[in-house]
Amino acid sequence: MITTNPSINKDKQSRNELKEMLQEISALTWRLFIQLIRRPSTLFAGILQPLIWLLLFAALFSNAPIDFLPGSSSYGEFLGAGLIVFTAFSGALNAGLPLMFDREFGFLNRLLVAPLSSRSSIVISSVIYITTISLLQSFAIMATSALLGYGWPSLGGFFVIAITLLLLVFAITGLSLGLAFVLPGHIELIAIIFIANLPVLFASTALAPISFMPAWLGWIASINPLTFAIEPIRMAYHNSVDLTVVLINAPYGEVNGYSCLTILFILTVGLFFIIRPLLNRKLA
Amino acid sequence: MFFIQLRDLFKSYGSVRALNGLNLEVPKGSLYGLLGPNGAGKSTALRIVCTLLAPDSGYVEVGGRDALLEEKETRRRLGYVAQEVAIDKILTGRELLQLQGDLYHLDNTHKRKRIEELIHRLDMHEWIDRRCGSFSGGMKRRLDLASGLLHEPELLILDEPTVGLDIESRSVIWGVLKELRNNGTTILLSSHYLEEVDELADEMAIIDKGKVIASGRPDDLKKELGGDRVTLRVREFSDEVEAQSVRKLIKNIDGISNVVVNQKQGYSLNFLVKSNHVISNLSNHLSKENFEVFALSHSRPSLDDVYLQATGKTLMDAELELAGTRDFKLESKKSMR
Repeated sequence: MITTNPSINKDKQSRNELKEMLQEISALTWRLFIQLIRRPSTLFAGILQPLIWLLLFAALFSNAPIDFLPGSSSYGEFLGAGLIVFTAFSGALNAGLPLMFDREFGFLNRLLVAPLSSRSSIVISSVIYITTISLLQSFAIMATSALLGYGWPSLGGFFVIAITLLLLVFAITGLSLGLAFVLPGHIELIAIIFIANLPVLFASTALAPISFMPAWLGWIASINPLTFAIEPIRMAYHNSVDLTVVLINAPYGEVNGYSCLTILFILTVGLFFIIRPLLNRKLA
Repeated sequence: MFFIQLRDLFKSYGSVRALNGLNLEVPKGSLYGLLGPNGAGKSTALRIVCTLLAPDSGYVEVGGRDALLEEKETRRRLGYVAQEVAIDKILTGRELLQLQGDLYHLDNTHKRKRIEELIHRLDMHEWIDRRCGSFSGGMKRRLDLASGLLHEPELLILDEPTVGLDIESRSVIWGVLKELRNNGTTILLSSHYLEEVDELADEMAIIDKGKVIASGRPDDLKKELGGDRVTLRVREFSDEVEAQSVRKLIKNIDGISNVVVNQKQGYSLNFLVKSNHVISNLSNHLSKENFEVFALSHSRPSLDDVYLQATGKTLMDAELELAGTRDFKLESKKSMR
């Protein structure tokens, strides 16, 4: 009599499922990269816009008193961290657009009628794509900033920057993908992106420190997720990377580097748990 | 043996009821046609079978399995060609097929072999490596059909597969569907083209207002009408009173049955006659009551006559009637996930 070991069969089945899921994810991610290669304007626009900001704002505030810019020797150096985060933030905020177009043009139905090993593959491929693009764009800003003489982080600093950007990009990408499933069409999604983008930037420490702001704006800036990403990156440009140092003198108290990253982590996990039931429902 | 069984399916979108107790049985290995005007519930039924949509209530069985409980297994066994051709304009046709192959977990060798087979069968070699955005409607539809067939499904579901297509593309698609049916694939297609269902379907169902109102083999349904179809006008534009008077008169004549007043066509009268002899006597009966024959046409029964008999209006009239009441916002919502 031939018998089979159920645990071996189960192992084989889960290995197959993992293999199938990897096949789906790589195919869906490759599709997004083909789109980017053949239509690179969004990639270049995403790099160009912050670069223009860097050149113009750095010039505009070149005579700003250095005393107002904690830890920076010039406004351009101060601004660099803000624009790196802004670039990643904008890129991640747009993450939902390809998915929204897939919904509108019926391509999502093609994916949903396929026997996907996991429908999370659709979301994971978008996250991989947007994360790669956002990091590429941010790296381009870092490189330009370095060429303009605004400094380059140490290896430890580079690590802090990567972790910070990944946390921010995961959180905002999740939010954008969630919106892409909730909103009725791309017009509404683009409207939200337009409304959110610049106000969130201005209400952070990207362009000016909290001490420079009126009290009410200082409050908003000190709870703005962008601030918790900007300040560790600003610190990462300094010679000594020390996450125990207080980075934000918020109206509610002092926040050090570890706290900034913890807050970003909680934000990412929290958004994941908020959005997951929605994605499960829409992809069920 | 039935490959698809739908029992008591109900589905509403807000206050609009799309399916109203739909029952359907599709034999294994057959080409089954769903005929009905836009908005009758055909697409909703197909979307439920291919697991894109859940019914409010009812039972769906595909290949002997409960499709509502075993969704992934159901998806593995079917290919779906949607009404709206959903292709990525940036990809080439070949890249789209490769993506489709990966979504169905085909290994590279098998995927390449199947893609080449389908390129050849659907005559796509001249343009398959061009970007999909440059394709005509017929090319897109052929590519879409190839996507649906890539994993060699046991069941192929097509929603209005030839709507708006050129003759060449329609002929290629019809040829492929016949070949698939002959090779044992079960095919369920919806259409509002009478000649398409008549030409292709082994069996068919007429759907109206979310339920099946007639079903069977197209020839049997036509035979069941019991004779040839006659359309009679006693005046170029009659009114209802006159049409009803004529109806009363002729329905009592031996050999005439199923007399229907077709309001949409100027109160003409449609009925069935058992033999030509009845037609020659008809004018005598009419003249006795001072009616004249203004126009009279006589034809073998068509599926449109079957539809007319079942609903009291032609398919074209039903289309026109629904055209003014269609809610495009709701339809867009229905097709969006």
